[in-house]
Amino acid sequence: MYPLLLSAYTLTTCLGQGLDAHRDALKSERSGLKRCDFESVTLDTWIGEVEGLNQVQLPEALARFDCRNNRLVQLGLEADGFAQKVRAASERYGADRVGVFLGTSTAGILQTELAYRQRDPVSGALPEGFDYGGTHNAFSLAAFAREYLGLEGMAMAVSTACSSSAKVFAAAARQIKLGTIDAAVVGGVDTLCLTTLYGFASLQLTSTLPCRPYDPERDGLSIGEGAGFGLLERADNATPGALLVLGVGESSDAHHMSAPHPEGLGARMAMDAALNSAGLGAGDIDYINLHGTATPANDAAEGLAVSTVFGDRVACNSTKGATGHTLGAAGAIEAVICALALTDGRMPGSPGTGSVDPALPLRYQRHSEAAPLRRALSNSFGFGGSNCSLILGVQA
Amino acid sequence: MSTVTHAPLRAWIQGIGLIAPGMPDWPTARAVLAGEQAYVPAPSVLPVPSLLPTAERRRASRVIKLSLGLGLEAVAHAGADASTLATVFSASGADGHNCHALCEQLASDDRQVSPTRFHNSVHNAAAGYWGIATRCMAPCQVIGAFDASLGAGLLDAMAQVVCTNEPVLLVAYDSEYPQPLFAKRDTPDCAGVALLLTPQPSGQSLASIALRTTRAAAATLQDPGLEQLRQKVPALRSLPLLQRLAQRLAGPVVLDYLAPQQIELDVQPC
Repeated sequence: MYPLLLSAYTLTTCLGQGLDAHRDALKSERSGLKRCDFESVTLDTWIGEVEGLNQVQLPEALARFDCRNNRLVQLGLEADGFAQKVRAASERYGADRVGVFLGTSTAGILQTELAYRQRDPVSGALPEGFDYGGTHNAFSLAAFAREYLGLEGMAMAVSTACSSSAKVFAAAARQIKLGTIDAAVVGGVDTLCLTTLYGFASLQLTSTLPCRPYDPERDGLSIGEGAGFGLLERADNATPGALLVLGVGESSDAHHMSAPHPEGLGARMAMDAALNSAGLGAGDIDYINLHGTATPANDAAEGLAVSTVFGDRVACNSTKGATGHTLGAAGAIEAVICALALTDGRMPGSPGTGSVDPALPLRYQRHSEAAPLRRALSNSFGFGGSNCSLILGVQA
Repeated sequence: MSTVTHAPLRAWIQGIGLIAPGMPDWPTARAVLAGEQAYVPAPSVLPVPSLLPTAERRRASRVIKLSLGLGLEAVAHAGADASTLATVFSASGADGHNCHALCEQLASDDRQVSPTRFHNSVHNAAAGYWGIATRCMAPCQVIGAFDASLGAGLLDAMAQVVCTNEPVLLVAYDSEYPQPLFAKRDTPDCAGVALLLTPQPSGQSLASIALRTTRAAAATLQDPGLEQLRQKVPALRSLPLLQRLAQRLAGPVVLDYLAPQQIELDVQPC
């Protein structure tokens, strides 16, 4: 099924809009996290907020999609000329031959949270202008992106919590391989909302400090928002230096709804499956972008799984100290961070991590460093025990 | 516009699970759809999720009872082992009642939501409980495409069957929201369908299906009660396919997907 060409990619997070903003921030190990001042939230925690979302205006014809999440879809699609590249692919292949596969955990649920504060005091009805399908529903971002980009082919949202936008690569790859489509827009978008901020706080999984992945003092995550997109095509004509998706591996924990398998068994199975689908061995991977949420249990389980598969040879780190945990968008965002690392020959740093937990025997890369990289693996693990590992590489 | 067509995705149906208003299981639905029994509307009956550990069973919502019931019926029908099956869960929304309770609480002065409510709010809650109940560690895809969710689930499940040459269990299901969200999304009740799809036929196969995308109009049902279910419950956009299976009729049937794209299945009963 692989390789596939990643012919265009972009990302927008609290570090900025587009690839260059991220290049600079990741090189200088800048964090985009700040104390939580989102909406009316009164939690002692840190967030990664994308600037300028309130100013984004959707096209009038697509007004029914207007919500924070779809504003971020549009901001993200317009970065790095990504939308134009998709429209060019649509011209090339036909509007019904380009699929849309987007991951999210909460889509535009913020719109519903706000609507519940505006219920009619007598009837309890939601405000008239509230559009459930266009904003709240898990598919709203894919429906909006499809219309915004003028596409007419298949589309679906994948919603497996924090592995959502890694698993879209697997779904899109299947369809391209089978010829039902010729290209696919893949990616993920999640935005700040009260459900995730108060929800993760209720599980005692948020930190009162900027998150510290793999640090012995780590005590929870910082929630961020962001958008990451890629355009996948067949790799028949990939030229040297082109970015490739080499393999994807998926598994389920079958253990607990909100806690990982303590030894990271599901995580290990996903990494093994990714290597298997790429036809590679552990020794072929040069960098791992860890899921690394900075909760004590998640990093411990993932650390054990990674050291079982890779030992302590492969440089790895989590970039969530820079972007926050962007939940359903994390898979796509971190795939793009891997693409940047591969094309630039530079590993990102890990802001927030002061020292590395000695109980986790990994080659944890705290600082950004020039390094020739040919293949990178990105891990994404979600609630419900949903695991996905992606492998990206550069065409030799 | 492109005129390229793709080779159809082919799979065999090995087992069916069905829960819908007035049709508590596939044998009842089969008799109704074959015209042997009249359709009588009634609230959906959801089985007790006895496979779940006690703590999880206590917390199991309607949508979890529904999806577990659907998947287990299809697996039992096929005589398959649930612990080994890759799965595709497809739903137009997650747990509506849980979502309502969360949004109501977040609009109040006390925003301390329950941890269980929060982790049950994820779209893949039903899939997570399925994994816990069946001890299945195989890949699990969880899809939503609003009214087009059934078609999206079929597309991915069929693609998996062809790509991996392994069986895949598709569970397509929807549940209702309570008011005030019900006024904005009027799915009337819990309902859905599960299909155990295999890459090769066996002595137990019910039919082969071959999927293509098309722009033709979707088939409808003559019985007004059944047609209403087809239109109101995204997962039951599958009813014209199920009717063909019940009647053992060979030929193509078009199902609703995502305008202007539809799904055509060529059905060949075994």
